[in-house]
Amino acid sequence: MNDDKSKMIGLQSIEFIKPPYIIAEGSIVGKKEGEGPLGLYFDKIEEDSFLGKGTWEEAESELMRQAVKIVMEKSGLKKEDVRYLIGGDLLSQLIATSFGIEEFDIPLFGIYGACSTMGEAISIGAILVEGGFADKVLAITSSHYASAEKQFRFPLNYANQRPSCASWTVTGSGAVIISKDKPESNEEVKIIIRGITTGKVVDYGIKDAMNMGAAMAPAAYETIYQNFKDFAIEPDYYDKIITGDLGAVGKDILNDLLKEKGYDASEQLMDCGVEIYNAEQQDTHAGGSGCGCSAATFSSYIIKQLKDQSWKRVLFVPTGALLSPVSFNIGNAVPGIAHAVMVESVE
Amino acid sequence: MASKAVKKIVNEKDKNIRKELYNKYVKEITPKHNWLLNLLKAFLIGGLISLLGQIFINIYLALGADMELAATYNSLSLILLSVVLTGLGIYPKLAKFGGAGCVVPITGFANSVAAPAIEYKKEGQIFGIGCKIFTISGPVILYGIFSSWLLGLIYYIYEFMIKK
Repeated sequence: MNDDKSKMIGLQSIEFIKPPYIIAEGSIVGKKEGEGPLGLYFDKIEEDSFLGKGTWEEAESELMRQAVKIVMEKSGLKKEDVRYLIGGDLLSQLIATSFGIEEFDIPLFGIYGACSTMGEAISIGAILVEGGFADKVLAITSSHYASAEKQFRFPLNYANQRPSCASWTVTGSGAVIISKDKPESNEEVKIIIRGITTGKVVDYGIKDAMNMGAAMAPAAYETIYQNFKDFAIEPDYYDKIITGDLGAVGKDILNDLLKEKGYDASEQLMDCGVEIYNAEQQDTHAGGSGCGCSAATFSSYIIKQLKDQSWKRVLFVPTGALLSPVSFNIGNAVPGIAHAVMVESVE
Repeated sequence: MASKAVKKIVNEKDKNIRKELYNKYVKEITPKHNWLLNLLKAFLIGGLISLLGQIFINIYLALGADMELAATYNSLSLILLSVVLTGLGIYPKLAKFGGAGCVVPITGFANSVAAPAIEYKKEGQIFGIGCKIFTISGPVILYGIFSSWLLGLIYYIYEFMIKK
């Protein structure tokens, strides 16, 4: 028997033979996200932007800690049941993750994929579970508006103007538990991970770090295009193709690029960054961004739609901009990366 | 128009040409600021800050200070006001509306010093405030001092060598 080979499909994809289940999801967001259009779907909305901590970094760790607690409670699992925790965030050396999950005593794979991290975490989690290396894996990411501003831009109270294409980092965290076995509850609908398409680093030469949607759109385009090719499917295979944080500008570019390659996905395309805020009323310009944007939207709104079977097949494509303040200062462009996860609801 | 540009981008094999084409296309479709409106807003807010400065000067003059002293007190007053408004989170809101009108006056400079001081306070007196307080205003201070030195040198050469 040669199962291993048959799981690889096309150039960059995996089709799971025994698709892993997503058995629980948990989300926590800040006040602004709670006031947005998806407010009703999140498990917890935190009014205090410091979450009772003294610093922004610790506040972000607290977001993660609470997201883990929520998802563990919802799944009814004990921490010994979870084999690995796969997580990452935007702060240098992943300090939000390491300090946030420390107390749970679960083996950790810390990963960095900028804002695409949730796609990367779910992908690796699914591989571990389906490959028989773990029975339950927790995938988690977070971001915090203030810690991201401090790390990548300016101190919070510095007086500057944001361009209209700029995005707003989501304060939030989302976590899911990926399992070899079906959920124990009697729910008829189960969420499975059918396959993944892993993205490459894609650089179309955008140097404006404030226009991250444009920097990441080519990465999303290449990954989604490859997913169609590898699985020999058309956009209408999916009910929704949901990118992470392209925002209004990036979403239009992605649509244009796909159309030019003969894939009209305008019906299916959706972006977590566009959905999570009401851009006009909440003054968020192009939309939400950050690891927490796609993670919190996925582990609330998207899973809910799948459970209700409003959507049956979703391609979840978190997008990341691979820049650092140093890469920007030494004159590098802003490359993007996007990881696609095929999530489906089955009865 | 846009679709023609996109066609070229997706079919371009040379990565450098593709970068160029893509940047051009992105520039076209990215929404732009209204220059004139921003200019007017900056003019309004910058003007109001200057008006406030004049009011301060007049008050200090009325209190019996001479012009030089009144001007110094005015600067100090504006700095104090800006630092307080920065701490309260009001100055960035003002700047969101006023843009350069908030950055150019002395209040903007004060903001650029106060904001990092507040943000990095938690990283300690030395490595936090000490090292980071001038992260934004540092270039202004360095090149400000350097250009005054340069101008002084030019003035010196003119005054004592050429004029003689």
